[in-house]
Parts: sequence; C-alpha cells; structure tokens
Amino acid sequence: MGAIYILWLRELKRYVRSRVQIIVSLGQPCLYLLALGFGLGPVFKEAGRGSYLQFMAPGVVGMTVLFSSVFSGIAMLWDRQFGFLKETLVAPVSRMQIMVGRTLGGATVAVMQGALVLVVCLIAGFRPHSWLAIPTAFLFVVLIAVVFAALGTTIGSVLEDMQGFQLIMNFLVMPIFFLSGALFPLEGLGNVMKWITRFDPLTYGVDGLRGALIRSWAFHAAVDVAVLCGLALVFLSTGAYLFRKIEV
Amino acid sequence: MIRVQNLVKKFGDLTAVKDITFEVKQGEIFAFLGPNGAGKTTTIKMLTTLLHPTSGSIELDGLDPTVKAKEARQRFGIVFQDPSLDAEQTAWENMDLHGVLYHVPRKVRAERTEQLLKLFELWDRKDSYVKTFSGGMKRRLEIARGFLHTPKILFLDEPTLGLDPQSRNQLWTHVRRLNETEKTTVFLTTHYMDEADRVAHRIAIIDHGTIVAQGTSAELKERTQSDSLEGAFLALTGTSLRDESADPKAGLRAVARMWRR
Ligand SMILES: Nc1ncnc2c1ncn2[C@@H]1O[C@H](COP(=O)(O)OP(=O)(O)O)[C@@H](O)[C@H]1O
Ligand SMILES: [Mg+2]
Repeated sequence: MGAIYILWLRELKRYVRSRVQIIVSLGQPCLYLLALGFGLGPVFKEAGRGSYLQFMAPGVVGMTVLFSSVFSGIAMLWDRQFGFLKETLVAPVSRMQIMVGRTLGGATVAVMQGALVLVVCLIAGFRPHSWLAIPTAFLFVVLIAVVFAALGTTIGSVLEDMQGFQLIMNFLVMPIFFLSGALFPLEGLGNVMKWITRFDPLTYGVDGLRGALIRSWAFHAAVDVAVLCGLALVFLSTGAYLFRKIEV
Repeated sequence: MIRVQNLVKKFGDLTAVKDITFEVKQGEIFAFLGPNGAGKTTTIKMLTTLLHPTSGSIELDGLDPTVKAKEARQRFGIVFQDPSLDAEQTAWENMDLHGVLYHVPRKVRAERTEQLLKLFELWDRKDSYVKTFSGGMKRRLEIARGFLHTPKILFLDEPTLGLDPQSRNQLWTHVRRLNETEKTTVFLTTHYMDEADRVAHRIAIIDHGTIVAQGTSAELKERTQSDSLEGAFLALTGTSLRDESADPKAGLRAVARMWRR
C-alpha cells in the first residue's frame, strides 16, 4: 500500500508544483470554449438546437480529462529517459502496485484538471440543469480519468521514444477526442460515423457527462457506466501485464 | 550468495554477455573489472531483474530472479551507473520515496536519511530540488539512497564515477563497514584498479562479454607476472582502446540507446 500511496503522491506533487503547466493546459479548453462555443453558437441556435456552449461544455471537460490522463501515462517515457523508472522497477514491491500507483496518480490529476475546466465553463456562462448534477458528473469524470490513465500507462509501457509519442498523440488521442461526440450531437449521423462513434470509449464518457449536466442522453446512464467500467478493467489489466514486462 | 551459470545476453545480433559463469560467496566483496562495453552493466541488469537473460541461470540467495522477481528484489540494493533520481523532487523526498518502496519504517527512515545526507554532505541541501544539483551531488545522493536500507546483497555499478576523492573515500569506508558489521555481500564494477585492489576480496576481469580471468588480486598479479593490478588488467585485456565511439556502429547504438532509455 505504501508504494501505491507514495507513487500516487509523486504524480500529485508534480502537478501542483508545475504551476506554469496548469495554466498552459487550461489554455486549450479555453480556446475551444471561446472559438467554438461562441463562434459556432449562432449557427447551432439557427439550427434550432439551443445553446452550443451548454452543449459543448461537457465535451470540453471530457477532452481535458482525456488529454490530461493519457498524457500522465505516457509521461513514463520521461521517467524512462531520465532513469527514475529503473529505481521503481527494482524495488521489492510488485509491479502491479507500481503501475496502480502511477495510474491512480495520473487519474487524480486528470480529475482535478477536469474540475478546474468545469469551473472555467461555469464562469463562461455554462449552467447545469441542477447543482445536484455535479456529483453524478464527478463520477463520470473519475471514470473517464481511470479509463484513459490506464490506457496511457499501457501505451507508456511499450513506447520507447519521442517519435512514438507524436504518433500516439496524432493517431490515437486526437481521433478519440474528435470522434467522441464531444463537439457534435450523436443523433442523425450517417451510418459509418455512427458506428465509429460507438467504438470510441470517450463517447460514453461525454454522453454520461452531458446527460448528468444538461439531461441530454444519447444512451442510458447504465450503459455509459457499464462500458466505462468494462474498459477500465480491460486497460488496467493490459497495462499491468505490459508494465510487468518492461525491461530497461 | 550469487551463482551465475552460462549466462548469455544478446541484443539482436550483438552478444553483450557471452556464457559467463561465476560465484560470489556470502559476505564477500566481488569486483567486476572491464573496459567500456565489456558487458558489466548488462550482467548487473540481468542479476537485478531489469533484463531477461537470453539463456543461462542465475541464483540470488537461492532464488531465481527471473521466476521469483519480487522475492529476489527484497534481497538486494543497487546503485546504478546511470542517473535514476527524480529530478522534480527534493533530496529528502527522493530518500523518503526510496525508504517507502523498500519498507523502511518511518522512524528509521528519518534517522538514516539524516545520518546519510550528513555523511555525504547533502544535509544543508536536503530541501532543494535534485534538478538544481551538480553532477557530483546527484551521484552522492544516489549512493546515500543506496545505503538507506540494508540489503543482503549490494550492487554498485561504477559507483565512484564522477565523485571527488573525499566522497570516494567515504563510499568505500562505508561499504567496508557494511561488509564487516552486516556481512553484506557486495558486487561492484569499476574502472579504477586501485579501488578494486583495495576493497575487493575477489576480482573477475571481463572483456567482450567473456570472463578472461578471476581470482584474488594477488593471484591475478602472479598469473600475469605483473606487479600491479593495472598491469595484470592490461596484460589480460590488451592495450587497445575500447571507447565505444571507436566503433562507428557502437556509436550509433549509443545514440539509439539514449533515446530508448
Ligand atoms: N539495450 C541495449 N541494446 C543494444 N545494445 C546494448 C544495450 N545495452 C547494452 N548494449 C551493448 O552491450 C555491450 C555491453 O554494454 P554494457 O553492459 O553497458 O557494458 P559496460 O557496462 O561493461 O561498459 C555494449 O556493446 C553496448 O553497446
Ligand atoms: Mg557499465
């Protein structure tokens, strides 16, 4: 337990201490809110779909949690390069504990980041249908964070260089974001698009968030929770397996 | 305490360790001497569960580290050749994290951390981030950290690289004391013949992945008719340079490795 705690704490300390990074990572969600929320707002309204800001704010929160949690897992690349990873790999604790500590740390940071962006959305004018929706939304933030932190650790266990990092960002993380329905409604999509979005894990996270916050569900809440929990299990076990195999 | 039989490690078509066999007894200080790229670090990595051997067998305190990894890890401590500190945390936090990972009780952890940081003259910088440390200070911190828990076997991979003579002296005094009072088995590698001569009970000379000779310092000198260990070393490994950059392919590999690490 001690090992899980101390590695979790390490991720948290890194986050809290890098104030510049906190500001920088808020920049992107703010840009989306501003450019899309206000820029596309009139068009969205014209189409009779109400406020785009209301619609996309849950998506932007989901995006923040996605990027933050995947990134924390992939940051293992730096620990590999600067050598700290070795120190944890020879310690007399199971690799499972090390992997779990790192993943939970990354997930916690992502949750904090997501909460921060939700506050930014509220400042920008977003309003949940009820303040009682916040705890349910929080549950979905946590689920998204765990799923993608585990995915990040899985990828981080096999990545060995910076090129790989670029590859993952461009061909995995960005598509996961853009194809998730974070920015557009899931109803009325063409058949191909419909199936693609159904295969995107973030779709269920964003749907849960949107459902909780503005009562607009594409699926059932139970479906979202079940899919996310299932994926968390799959990614955590693949991550644990690959982490055990790391050689440095 | 350590028993290695016909150990081989291949990286693609490069054989870094070629069929080595040796044994280190409980309470012994054993030195691996060899030029750059001889396979010393690769051997230590296999002994400490960081690399899987291509073939051959290893026993640490009767355990096979490839099967009982966690149990084996409980028995050793290691000071790596390459950096392994967390630069974004303070010296004290690095020590504390290590202590937690190695199950050192909180009180003992605090006491020993203070003692060791004072011994290696880092106490007044204990709350500074490691990224602000000089190379020598980082090295001293890695060594202090390696002594925080008291393992049965201690691996030291070129521990004195980049250390000033004072710290070097502290290090070896400490190693000797651990060996005498706690009966810690020590497996070390070094470039410095005088150090091996001074502290090691037995020495193995490794070159191109093969052990070319092993025995006490006196035995090695006698075998090669040399009056110093350095003379014996040169007689056994030849005088050609082994700087890795001398071989263009090795240079490329070094670059590739930098990225992969
Ligand atoms: N991960 C690796 N991939 C490919 N070659 C490696 C790797 N690690 C070490 N080598 C090569 O194996 C040989 C032995 O290296 P090493 O054990 O580090 O030597 P030493 O520690 O004795 O200086 C060198 O030629 C080195 O380039
Ligand atoms: Mg070496």
